[in-house]
Amino acid sequence: MSKKTLIVVGNGMVGHHFLEQFCASPAAADFEIIVFGEEKQLAYDRVHLSEYFGGSSHADLAMGTLEWYTEQGIQLHLNEQVTGINRENRTLETPRGSYRYDELVLATGSYPFVPPIKGNDRPHCLVYRTLDDLDAIRASSEGARTGVVVGGGLLGLEAANALKSLGLEAHVVEFAPRLMPVQLDADGGALLRHKIEELGVQVHTEKATTAITEGEDARLRMNFSDESFLETDLIVFSAGIRPQDALARASGLEIGERGGIVIDNHCTTSDPHVHAIGECALWEQKIFGLVAPGYTMARTLSSALNGDRDTAFTGADMSTKLKLLGVDVGSIGDAHAQTPGARNIRFNDEQAGHYRRMVISEDGKTLLGAILVGDNSHYDTLLQYALNGITLPENPETLILPESQGGAPALGPDALPETASICSCHNVTKGDICGAIDAGCSDLGSVKAETKASTGCGGCTALLKNVVDSELEKRGVEVSKDLCEHFPYSRQELFHLVKVNGIRTFRTLISQHGKGHGCDICKPAVASILATCWNEHILATDHVPLQDTNDTFMANMQKNGTYSIVPRIPGGEITPDKLIVLGEVAKEYDLYTKITGGQRVDLFGATLSQLPEIWEKLIAAGFETGHAYGKSLRTVKSCVGNTWCRYGVQDSVGMAIRLEDRYKGLRAPHKVKMAVSGCTRECAEAQSKDFGVIATENGWNLYVCGNGGMRPRHADLFATDLSDEELIRTIDRVVMFYVRTADRLQRTSVWMENLEGGLEYLKQVVLEDSLGIGAELEEHMEGIVGTYQCEWKTAVEDPEKRKRFREFVNAPSQCDPVQEWTVERGQRRPVLESA
Amino acid sequence: MKPRTRWEAVCTVDDLVPESGIAVWTEEGPVAVFYLPHRLPALFAISHTDPFSGANVLARGITGDLKGEPVVASPLYKQHFSLLTGVCLEDDTVRVKTYPVLLDGNQIRLEVRANQRESIAA
Ligand SMILES: Cc1cc2nc3c(=O)[nH]c(=O)nc-3n(C[C@H](O)[C@H](O)[C@H](O)COP(=O)(O)OP(=O)(O)OC[C@H]3O[C@@H](n4cnc5c(N)ncnc54)[C@H](O)[C@@H]3O)c2cc1C
Ligand code: SF4
Ligand code: SF4
Ligand code: FES
Repeated sequence: MSKKTLIVVGNGMVGHHFLEQFCASPAAADFEIIVFGEEKQLAYDRVHLSEYFGGSSHADLAMGTLEWYTEQGIQLHLNEQVTGINRENRTLETPRGSYRYDELVLATGSYPFVPPIKGNDRPHCLVYRTLDDLDAIRASSEGARTGVVVGGGLLGLEAANALKSLGLEAHVVEFAPRLMPVQLDADGGALLRHKIEELGVQVHTEKATTAITEGEDARLRMNFSDESFLETDLIVFSAGIRPQDALARASGLEIGERGGIVIDNHCTTSDPHVHAIGECALWEQKIFGLVAPGYTMARTLSSALNGDRDTAFTGADMSTKLKLLGVDVGSIGDAHAQTPGARNIRFNDEQAGHYRRMVISEDGKTLLGAILVGDNSHYDTLLQYALNGITLPENPETLILPESQGGAPALGPDALPETASICSCHNVTKGDICGAIDAGCSDLGSVKAETKASTGCGGCTALLKNVVDSELEKRGVEVSKDLCEHFPYSRQELFHLVKVNGIRTFRTLISQHGKGHGCDICKPAVASILATCWNEHILATDHVPLQDTNDTFMANMQKNGTYSIVPRIPGGEITPDKLIVLGEVAKEYDLYTKITGGQRVDLFGATLSQLPEIWEKLIAAGFETGHAYGKSLRTVKSCVGNTWCRYGVQDSVGMAIRLEDRYKGLRAPHKVKMAVSGCTRECAEAQSKDFGVIATENGWNLYVCGNGGMRPRHADLFATDLSDEELIRTIDRVVMFYVRTADRLQRTSVWMENLEGGLEYLKQVVLEDSLGIGAELEEHMEGIVGTYQCEWKTAVEDPEKRKRFREFVNAPSQCDPVQEWTVERGQRRPVLESA
Repeated sequence: MKPRTRWEAVCTVDDLVPESGIAVWTEEGPVAVFYLPHRLPALFAISHTDPFSGANVLARGITGDLKGEPVVASPLYKQHFSLLTGVCLEDDTVRVKTYPVLLDGNQIRLEVRANQRESIAA
């Protein structure tokens, strides 16, 4: 059967979300997918557009990657505007060609409304919607002193902030008598105005602009209907948005009276093969100018295209919570009390600058809406009351009173029903979160990764954390950061104590900073901290009892109590002679032999007492310990690189060996894996590693905090085109920063997800040295490299240490009685218990 | 009637590892002996066999205390066993055998069941 064609017009936030949903659904297999985007960039996070002025790049804001589109087999046409649709032939036109579709999705978003004022097309009259718009504003701000935003709504105030951040004197001109007329009432608007003026933004309300002419002291002059005027160097129009429905209009689809492509509950337009989602769509006479409803439409449409007619779009909550120029503003539901019989409760503290209004139903039982200015700490609770129709307490005013005046504490996560929506961007309910936890997520990071909650606008972060903490606690998971009952500190805090006080033994640490005798949680954690700080042999007498058996015996215990042996094979490169030695040793001790995923050889089935003998032989042949047992560097996987591969641009094996030799033996909160690929074909799968290095024509690209295993995470691109030395210095810093700040058993991926400030913050610390610790981190790493010793070499040479490897101290010839073996595929393996 | 027992010498003080365990072979099979110098008494002996896996590994677990109770954690699946009673803290229907242990000069002795021959001889 030949595939049908699905075309998506518009590669914005909602269009992209639709693709993510649709490509993961069964119906994706039936369609060839083509996407047209008018903008030249891949879909990016418009909600956080303003961060572009704060230093974020398109890459930081991007919602997906080109690789993802390639993997999904999507034909992506960026910088190509669709200019017409012929619904009869089911084709559409672009300046580059004509394309046939079977199903068409319009996700064209909206465009900024520019009021019809004479002179509005002069240079330096701009809008605020796309990255290109922001580039234009930045360019125009060169040599400018003042800037005016026309429109005092949500976006206008955000634009004013942006002008301020560009160093301009910022003004806001609003036609209505107050700011944010849609979301706020008179008192709230007045307070917001006051606060914003305090921040140095000048607000002009009830001003209608009649014309824009050439200025005398500045580039432009705005003339108002009351005869007054304002001079400015640039103007940003932010007077509302209009649905981008031009294509639909021209092709005769049904359009709303005031614009917008009319859709039904399944996001289908008046033509059954044409669908519309996002800000361009009009549902029951309503346009939704927020991203969350657009995402819901995207999900609904994806379900519909999969034949699911039960999922329907049924409107969306338009509540908003934001920080505008640092001022908290919140608006929930029926903020203007338009429901018949609605009553108001207001709290206004002009001194503190807090305004709160609750709109409640006639019977006083439910919350219909609310307005908050100056302090959003009540927002989450109020929103939950409103969204879930939770019955209000007897004295509802306590919900907005300060606690000192008898205010009620915030609504605990326990009070929320299972159906309560926690994250509206990704439609995650409390029930979904509980489900994720029951399925094994045991911290905030993993719940986020599993449910996507709080990865959209971020507005639900605090609420999500509360729900997760409370649910974990209910399931008996210790949420406190305390390491265990013996230490009231996190791993990071203990690290600090050890380092600062020069503590060298567990005894000293627990007697000075803990209580009791320790346990299998804190002992290995402290052992790893001590090893990182002082790098002493892990079998030094004081450290032995602290280690996990794998660390104590420097081998991995298997299910029948025997061990496996993994010698280091840096970069996976091994001489035939060494390979022969491995074979000979395996044969002599009848060890089950297997090649690992990390490009080395694993020898299974050695008893405790055989370990030192075997290692003696391996060491004599030039092998070193592979630390397969430790929370430390495992392998640096590599492809064969430019020495053999015809595509390679750098020597990936050489670099892998260099990295492996440098970081081997370093003790970390958890194991660390690395890989090096010799070109972008990425044969070493470096992007699934904690540290992934990919060769470029000019050097190396470094990716960090990836993970394979149980919870895969694509590594983040951290730095590009590094020289050998730069690469090593950068890895030194990231590794040591991880070692110092991560929690016990926290892989780099989870560490990154929980790191406040995330990738950007890490870049600042490492690349810009914002904490001023770069040199210290490097020095620390250098010290560890300098004191490296092969633990097995030290152990086999020391008779005292070898004593530990006796199976039974009083019966050297007694072998372990339960170890039964059988032979399978020519090798020995333990007999499996018939369970 | 209490079965006949005897105090079997299993090792010397030098064989012990402070804060940790060692395994010894006795007439009753493998036993783990732990030496926790910061407690009184300081010596504990329990079966070396992990009841959850059947492997002889308990002496290689990490020792410590939970709510004051001295314990060892199985190195395989991490359950904790009380060194005083042998009861598994995670599942109190599971329990490993404990052995009375004493220090006799330089010798560590365990009280084990006397075997047939010896009980006749005694
Ligand atoms: C500064 C700013 C701040 C915001 N803050 C928030 C916020 O805090 N919370 C919130 O919920 N929402 C916020 N929004 C709104 C949010 O960004 C939008 O709701 C969301 O982007 C809508 O997604 P969309 O895919 O419908 O439209 P868009 O993201 O606008 O994407 C539409 C895309 O279609 C392309 N296109 C249009 N016509 C054609 C054509 N003929 N051919 C090819 N391509 C075409 C456009 O170029 C555009 O790239 C903010 C918006 C801005 C500008
Ligand atoms: S990553 Fe590049 S250099 Fe390495 S093996 Fe693959 S194609 Fe060759
Ligand atoms: S995937 Fe599971 S079975 Fe396989 S080695 Fe890892 S833990 Fe063991
Ligand atoms: S509500 Fe937007 S990310 Fe959760």
